[in-house]
Amino acid sequence: MIDTNLLQLICFYGFAAVTVGAALAVISLKNSVHAVLSLVLAFFSTACIWLLAEAEFLAIALIVVYVGAVMVLFLFVVMMLDIKMEQVREGFIRYLPVGIIVALVMLAEMLALIGVRAMHAHVMGANPATVAGLSNTAWLGEALYSQYLLPFEVAALILTVGVVVAVALTLRHRGDKKHESASEQVRVNPRDRIRVVKMAPSRPDEPTSSEEPLQ
Amino acid sequence: MITLSHFIVLGAVLFCIAVAGLFINRKNVIVLLMAIELMLLAVNMNFVAFSRFLGDVSGQVFVFFILTVAAAESAIGLAILVLLFRNRSTVNVAEIDSMKG
Repeated sequence: MIDTNLLQLICFYGFAAVTVGAALAVISLKNSVHAVLSLVLAFFSTACIWLLAEAEFLAIALIVVYVGAVMVLFLFVVMMLDIKMEQVREGFIRYLPVGIIVALVMLAEMLALIGVRAMHAHVMGANPATVAGLSNTAWLGEALYSQYLLPFEVAALILTVGVVVAVALTLRHRGDKKHESASEQVRVNPRDRIRVVKMAPSRPDEPTSSEEPLQ
Repeated sequence: MITLSHFIVLGAVLFCIAVAGLFINRKNVIVLLMAIELMLLAVNMNFVAFSRFLGDVSGQVFVFFILTVAAAESAIGLAILVLLFRNRSTVNVAEIDSMKG
């Protein structure tokens, strides 16, 4: 019989190792498509870690929003652009030592500053959502739709602006394509298009007497 | 037993990997955008951990907003990237210097 806490810890270390390995692959792989796929793996294992922390809604949102939408967008762009790999890899070896040194120094500083030892005493307690008698989604939703309603609306606005900007940036008018211009159609004046001709009323000519009757 | 320091250390490691990625990949804007996504992921990890351990819902709400803004940011960033590649045929950061900043 294995202890639940020990099992949680083993799962955490497993997912954390996958996340860190995938993150290293993202910044070091030669092929951009492989890098995007490693980033998908990193997001997925992070979602598993968030499930361990009992943040179920955000874990699923991470998979749906990031893996399902944003990373597919990345994949589309990477596959659409024809990138020459030799040029892309030129400065890799030159900047490698600088990158490693900066990252290690930063990590050491962070770990020294945040006081890992003090936080080690902070054991994961009861789930606050369960204590409040709610599921994680209901717990989050109650705060989101009451206390944070205005930021929520602003977030929706930001997404709308993002869509408009993305379309406006990539829209291209080619000269040889036939398309209708809505503004011209609205602005048009009826007088420019049709001409009403006034004509004197006339009756058809009288049948002449010389015409032979039909036989 | 999972403690708070586990999450924090993982977040710090992810953030440092992303910073190293920004230094190493000077020639490819796409990898730079992906490194920024990794940084946001590291920050989100800290938010989720503190929200869970302190029993405060605000941290998870903030992760929600960060996900929203990051999605909009990457959509606009990729649109700019497509436009740039169409005009200059390169993703090299050093060659994108027409503004001479």
